[in-house]
Amino acid sequence: MSAVTSATPVMRARAINKVFGATHALRGVDFAVMPGRVTVLFGENGAGKSTLMKILAGIERPTTGTLELFGEPVVLSGPRDAADRGVSIIHQELSLFPNLSIADNLYMGRERSRNGFTVDQRAQHARTRELLERLEEPLDPKTPVGVLRLGQQQLVEIAKALLQEARVLIMDEPTSALSAPEVEVLFRVIRELTAQGVAIIYISHHMEEALEIADHVVVLRDGGLVAEAEADEVDAGWVVERMVGRSQDELYTAAEPETGAEVLAVDDLVVADPGSAVRRAVDGVSLRLHAGEVVALYGLMGAGRTELLETLAGRLQAASGEIRLDGEQVPPGSIGDRIDLGLTLVPEDRQRDGLVQTMSVGENMSLASLGNYVRRLLVSRDAEREAVERTMKDVTVRAAGPKAPIGSLSGGNQQKVVLSKALLTNPRVLLLDEPTRGIDVGAKAEIFELMAAQAKRGLVVLFATSEVSEALNVPDRILVMAKGRIVREFRRGTATREEVMVASGETER
Amino acid sequence: MSNDTSTTAGPPTGSEAVRDLPSTSEGRRLKVINLVLELRAFIALFVLIVVFSLLSDAYFTWDNLITMTRHVAINALLAIGMLMVILKGGIDLSVGSIVGLAGVVAGVLLEGLRVDVLNVVIYPPVWAVVVLALMVGAGVGWINGTLVSRFNVAPFIATLGMLYVARGVALLISDGKTYPNLGGSEQLGNTGFDWLGGGEILGIPVSILIMVLFAVAAIVLTRKTAFGRWIYAIGGNERAAELAGVPVRKAKTRVYMISGVCAAMAGLIIASELTSAAPQAGETFELNAIAAVVIGGTSLMGGRGNVRGALIGAFVIGFLADGLVILGVSTFWQIVIKGSVIILAVILDQSQQRIQGRAAQMAAAKSVTPSGPAPASA
Repeated sequence: MSAVTSATPVMRARAINKVFGATHALRGVDFAVMPGRVTVLFGENGAGKSTLMKILAGIERPTTGTLELFGEPVVLSGPRDAADRGVSIIHQELSLFPNLSIADNLYMGRERSRNGFTVDQRAQHARTRELLERLEEPLDPKTPVGVLRLGQQQLVEIAKALLQEARVLIMDEPTSALSAPEVEVLFRVIRELTAQGVAIIYISHHMEEALEIADHVVVLRDGGLVAEAEADEVDAGWVVERMVGRSQDELYTAAEPETGAEVLAVDDLVVADPGSAVRRAVDGVSLRLHAGEVVALYGLMGAGRTELLETLAGRLQAASGEIRLDGEQVPPGSIGDRIDLGLTLVPEDRQRDGLVQTMSVGENMSLASLGNYVRRLLVSRDAEREAVERTMKDVTVRAAGPKAPIGSLSGGNQQKVVLSKALLTNPRVLLLDEPTRGIDVGAKAEIFELMAAQAKRGLVVLFATSEVSEALNVPDRILVMAKGRIVREFRRGTATREEVMVASGETER
Repeated sequence: MSNDTSTTAGPPTGSEAVRDLPSTSEGRRLKVINLVLELRAFIALFVLIVVFSLLSDAYFTWDNLITMTRHVAINALLAIGMLMVILKGGIDLSVGSIVGLAGVVAGVLLEGLRVDVLNVVIYPPVWAVVVLALMVGAGVGWINGTLVSRFNVAPFIATLGMLYVARGVALLISDGKTYPNLGGSEQLGNTGFDWLGGGEILGIPVSILIMVLFAVAAIVLTRKTAFGRWIYAIGGNERAAELAGVPVRKAKTRVYMISGVCAAMAGLIIASELTSAAPQAGETFELNAIAAVVIGGTSLMGGRGNVRGALIGAFVIGFLADGLVILGVSTFWQIVIKGSVIILAVILDQSQQRIQGRAAQMAAAKSVTPSGPAPASA
């Protein structure tokens, strides 16, 4: 793979550290970006890729360490400053205005004008049309972005970056919503850009695809840069090994499974995609879960893991299919009804779905089980405090006390509060969606110990994950989900990393 | 690991951080400022009373205090309902119209409800009149709540609509006229309505006692019941509340019903005080109620605030307005001053948040130095 190479990096990060509260997201990362080359960043979720990208794009500031641009040290005051200096980012989450036209989106904040007062719509539309044609997506620049397919929206996002004529272009999962032909177009555009000397930093979960476009490969793990190589010297196996490392395997050692009677049975469950009328988020899933089991639900984003868990928890309604708990059919019902039956969900997004930020640690913990502490119409403070304090001790929540504000806790401890809230409802089946998202390695191990302890008490623990090492090392069984179906099942110790990743569709397109 | 639950994992935030401030001069200064801001509504009320007492002999007398508190009672009742709606993250603009509607309903019933089909006129007893008027208030609240929780209409819009609808219905029922005599008559056995607004128990006006009763009920409801906790949870994070199994829709609807009942009670008291009911009664009262809640330190975003604050807010507004009247300040200036006080209250609230933010930063800075409590790994 050839490209224009030159000896001096266009952008360089030196000894970057980033600390969020108690989480050390980046640890002394040195990173150089060469002009005219595609540098691909690999790393598991939480390895620090996105944080590093945000620092390079001026969205976050490093706690310590410096950035250099074209050989000069710089301090980026924000994304706009970075863009003005030639560093642009295409976000993983689309940052478009659905109510505005494609052209308006492209020119937001940098509108063209001839008289300094009114926007020069004609010039903007002409340039927008050019860019869209370059991406082989000849849309009308006046089309509102909201009516476009997700893939087209992603192309608009890419066009926006092209418009800025960046010298360094950061692409965070640019292909997640693109079809195969669209990916080819994108790769052609990337090649054109590198031929002009633009430096590309590229992140993707699709390993084969990323290796195809890569000139240079960098691997991050636990916030540190662990390996670097030329792309033609390495293969997927090499990357996976560096990404996961060996140390992770020793972290989680679950006891031998002792499974009991069947607790939860799901047959042919179908759930419509809340975002689309035709697609099925869960497409005919059947599974059996037994008392004392810890089961992982592995899959890529959009595989239907979250929807499956949320349907079991009563947040989404099934279109068809059957759920049985201890042999009894579970009727359709609210989240409250499912909690009463013993199905409790620890949601994926702690801040959005798990915590009430205006409430204390104790109030958050007791929220789902308040009914248990009501004596003669009033909530008994004593009963509540007793339950909260007992659970804080069991789950080792490190906080000043039940009255501490929830925001004062680290991510790991906040997650333990959400877990405690679920445990206080006395569940039969504990459903956890990405229970270790955004928490550090030590807290991860603690969360998994807690899950194993609950299973030992006879609970069923079903958790969704997108980290292979978690799926491989923690549970008794691994269910691999792809496109709304359970495509493979592995018993503990029978799967390899590659098998799991291939089954999920991660290493192929 | 299990026995160190007493140490903080992250640096403290909010009032917690202020409490932990170091006893340096900077830390002490912040502590004092925070305390002053914390008690600002109390202090404002105290200062008001002192200043007006110095300026006028007539201000700080038992009779005047009782009179002013009677005025406050109306707004306080509305503010109690409004507080709960705002705590859950909504707003209720219809309360002023409910005041008018409840009065009109009482007027119709006390003057005799004509049923043409049976060719009779029904004169319900006063207790039934009160209950029916309160039920009308609850009914309007139920419509508000249903619009918000079932049809996902934004609370501002739903209650703005009901502001017009309820007022229009009051005008329709009364045909735009005032019911002049709510005293009832001996023969019909429906006298005594004027007791609500004019009666006394042990020298204290009934309207003030009703305010106290509602306030105590609201404090118990918000602080001691599961329902109260739900309101705070919904206002703080509705999605999280829903996932915790809180019956969000039901709770929301009930909150609007409570607000409607509070407003209807206020409407009855006004009608009783005047022994007449005008369909225009209560216009713009919703704004006074919102102002009281805001002065009481409640966040319009929901989830933060309390009944005590809303009550003090109502007292600040009422005692200020009456004081200005006693001093003979022009009505126009009164309006300007009231508006300024509301804005000042919000500015002070913001600066308190800032102080707590600064304290949290100081605590965070302290936690990375090795002398502080070791930052936990998780």
